[in-house]
Amino acid sequence: MGHLTQGERELALLTGALLLALGMLMMVMAWGDPLSVHGAMFGFSGAAVMAVTLRGMFAPAPDENRFASYYDAPSKAGIVIAMIWGVFAMFIGDWVAWLLVFPEMTFDAGWASFGRLRPVHTTGVIFGFGGNALIATSFHVVQRTCRTRLPDQFSPWFVLLGYNLFCLIAVSGYMLGVTQSKEYAEPEWYADIWLVIVWVAYFLLYMRTLARRNEPHIYVANWYFLAFILVVAILHIVNGLAVPVSAFSAKSYSAFSGVQDAMTQWWYGHNAVAFFLTAGFLGMMYYYLPMQAGRPIYSYRTSIVSFWGITFFYMWAGSHHLHYTALPFWVQTLGMSFSIMLLIPSWASAANALLTLNGAWDKVRTDATLRFMALAAIFYGLSTFEGSFMAIRPVNALSHYTDWTVGHVHAGALGWVALIVFGAFYAATPKLWKCERMYSPGLIEVHFWLALSGTLIYVFAMWNSGIIQGLMWRTYNDGGTLAYSFMDSVNAMYPYYIARAFGGLLFLLGAVVGLYNIVMTIRTAADTLSEAEDRPLGPILEPAE
Amino acid sequence: MSVGERDPHSGYMTTGHEWNGIKELNTPVPRPVWLFLIASFLISVMMWVLLPAWPLGSTFTRGALGYNERAALDERVAVAASARASWMTPLETMSYEEARADSDLLMRVKQTGQTLFGDNCAACHGVEAKGGPGYPNLVDTAWLWGGDIDAISETLRVGINTEHPDTQYAQMPSLGRDGALDKKSILRVISYVQSLSNPAIAEEAPARVAEGNALFAENCSSCHGEDAKGIQELGAPNLADKAWIYGGDRASLYQTIQYGRNGHMPAWEGRLSEAERRLLAIYLLDLAESQPQ
Ligand code: HEC
Ligand code: HEC
Repeated sequence: MGHLTQGERELALLTGALLLALGMLMMVMAWGDPLSVHGAMFGFSGAAVMAVTLRGMFAPAPDENRFASYYDAPSKAGIVIAMIWGVFAMFIGDWVAWLLVFPEMTFDAGWASFGRLRPVHTTGVIFGFGGNALIATSFHVVQRTCRTRLPDQFSPWFVLLGYNLFCLIAVSGYMLGVTQSKEYAEPEWYADIWLVIVWVAYFLLYMRTLARRNEPHIYVANWYFLAFILVVAILHIVNGLAVPVSAFSAKSYSAFSGVQDAMTQWWYGHNAVAFFLTAGFLGMMYYYLPMQAGRPIYSYRTSIVSFWGITFFYMWAGSHHLHYTALPFWVQTLGMSFSIMLLIPSWASAANALLTLNGAWDKVRTDATLRFMALAAIFYGLSTFEGSFMAIRPVNALSHYTDWTVGHVHAGALGWVALIVFGAFYAATPKLWKCERMYSPGLIEVHFWLALSGTLIYVFAMWNSGIIQGLMWRTYNDGGTLAYSFMDSVNAMYPYYIARAFGGLLFLLGAVVGLYNIVMTIRTAADTLSEAEDRPLGPILEPAE
Repeated sequence: MSVGERDPHSGYMTTGHEWNGIKELNTPVPRPVWLFLIASFLISVMMWVLLPAWPLGSTFTRGALGYNERAALDERVAVAASARASWMTPLETMSYEEARADSDLLMRVKQTGQTLFGDNCAACHGVEAKGGPGYPNLVDTAWLWGGDIDAISETLRVGINTEHPDTQYAQMPSLGRDGALDKKSILRVISYVQSLSNPAIAEEAPARVAEGNALFAENCSSCHGEDAKGIQELGAPNLADKAWIYGGDRASLYQTIQYGRNGHMPAWEGRLSEAERRLLAIYLLDLAESQPQ
């Protein structure tokens, strides 16, 4: 609380009070509906905010000198929260992986069924782990590359904590059976509205920070972060358009129906991959990778070409998720062709990252943190290639609905997204807590090998099972009838599902090691480094030429 | 003006910008990037020319190939169907003995039967067709509705207790709940029923069994037959053998007589062709014959 000014404390109190009032209203009016549980959660959060604010209400006002330093407390909190979400959601992921091996492991309870736990896993890793990582690092990066402090102390906390409230509402909702049934957009209308409020605050915060910058140019990482924030807002709002059954019911119906609904959903879904899981993490990569390598970015011009290539082409590619469906053929052709073109800027980005390492490859060998990021760039290249390949219709005819898709997603999610996050966290944690290095470089090394072997086992298992599935489903006897029943293909998956769950377990263990290492770094950090490590906050420089 | 400097490692100039120590080289975009970008664009243009691609108000560009996926699919389905027809159509009129005599045909029946059964029936009857509680074993010799190819394929066509207009009804009334039999009588009847397949019971408690026998003749034999061997016209099962749908232990039998049973077997007319239904019947009969007795 000591960080917040008097005005900000009042604002926090007001926010808490509003949340509490709204939550109580929802809880009472929707009694008996799952919405009332979420009302209680809103209300409880509001009460907690009020309690914390009141306790610190009369603490001394923050130092007038605060504008001479960066505001990193939200980033620090974000990193720890992200790691906790990561461990939790990867545990659930591995749990559902074992559930496919031992389907009876559901305790006869609805909440423990595969259909409910799967979105807990996906939301937990994408939004809980990935989203918090993005928020935390974006705050860190934007301040450093703009040489300016975040404009106030209230909005970063509002964004971070509000966002986590959204994630909790989402995940608890799935277990209660609350879902919009749209993949990666499962939360119901009220959670969606809350996220819009939080996200607009995030966008404004980011813009205000950029406007305060003391550097003449805006660094590439910030283009990506901004694209991520802006486009995710658009996607989320459009795809979330829905009419609730009543103001106090958790259930709503989408504004779209039939094939339009499918197309909107996959326009959203694919661009969530593009702007959440790619653009944001490219922003992360563009800052931490050259920092850790101590090398300049290989090519500024390539950055520009690939940024605009990625943002432009991705927007058209969503229909490749609906090949051979009721979606008109011409939309599928467009999706396929743009997916192919998309490969070039994607590879240009990956190459830009890897070529940046020229002159620092010895560090890649010795420094596991940098190796995390280098490997992430390689997996980024691999999975974008795979994605464009799978978007070609005849290939898709084999791969669609099989585990190959699952393997592809995890090549990207584990190999690219999670590895870049771990690399960035290992780079940022010592800086943020002002110590020489991570608690244990050896454990980073352990984490690296667990993560790499886990990813490889996972992806190879799914490639195999996916292609076997695809082939079994399309093999005919010479008599012209199907050679295998669906059940045969399910049985054939058994060994691969075991391998996948084992690979996932290794990856999960790696994340646990990472969390431990970060926590220990924080606990043993002795504030040995001074602010001087960071570029000091400076006066506005001369404007760009 | 920001001034670039030369990077000693690569020899390129930097752009002169710097962010918290990060610099950028002014390296030109690598030639292959442009090349592949152009190539992928040309490939796309080719696709747009050849295939349906761009919307034009209420219609779209049809593509130079004039390719109509729907028609192409229908055509391939028709070709496949006619390939199947050559050996499947004769099944519609063939007897079981004729089918078994033709070893080529029998092999196809087994191959296809296995997938048809796996995709449509195994969820209820089990992959090996051996049934489970509530779902009859289809490879023993105990048949509810008759064990020849015509009776089985008729069961498949109309189902049991379904909405199909010709469906076969199999209603085991809830004699206990409806008050026809009290608890004590039910227990007597159970002893009698059990004694039919397990004579030891008749020796242990002859009086109970005799009482049960009398109750059975009064309440049950109209459907299950005087000898309790079942009546196939009614789908009433043989109670004197060891094959049970719902179980032959006392608790299951009590449940059956107290609350009744009416199993639901879907009708497959409209989902499986006549030939496929007969194929499945042959498949099951053949499977039953190959079971160890
Ligand atoms: C929804 C579950 C279900 C499915 C699917 C199902 N059955 Fe059945 N089937 C039953 C039940 C239940 C019965 C017994 C009905 C009764 O007890 O009267 C039955 C009875 C039968 C009988 C009659 C047995 C006799 O003794 O006369 C045959 C033959 C049969 N099924 C074959 C099939 C075939 C072949 C398929 C696949 C095309 C199939 N069933 C799919 C539930 C199912
Ligand atoms: C109206 C005709 C009818 C009468 C009367 C009737 N049953 Fe049934 N019973 C059936 C039919 C039909 C079935 C098969 C139901 C099914 O499979 O869904 C059946 C099933 C059963 C079964 C289950 C067999 C198994 O394999 O699990 C038992 C046991 C049974 N009856 C016992 C009796 C007894 C004992 C009585 C007299 C107290 C009796 N039934 C009276 C028609 C009758």
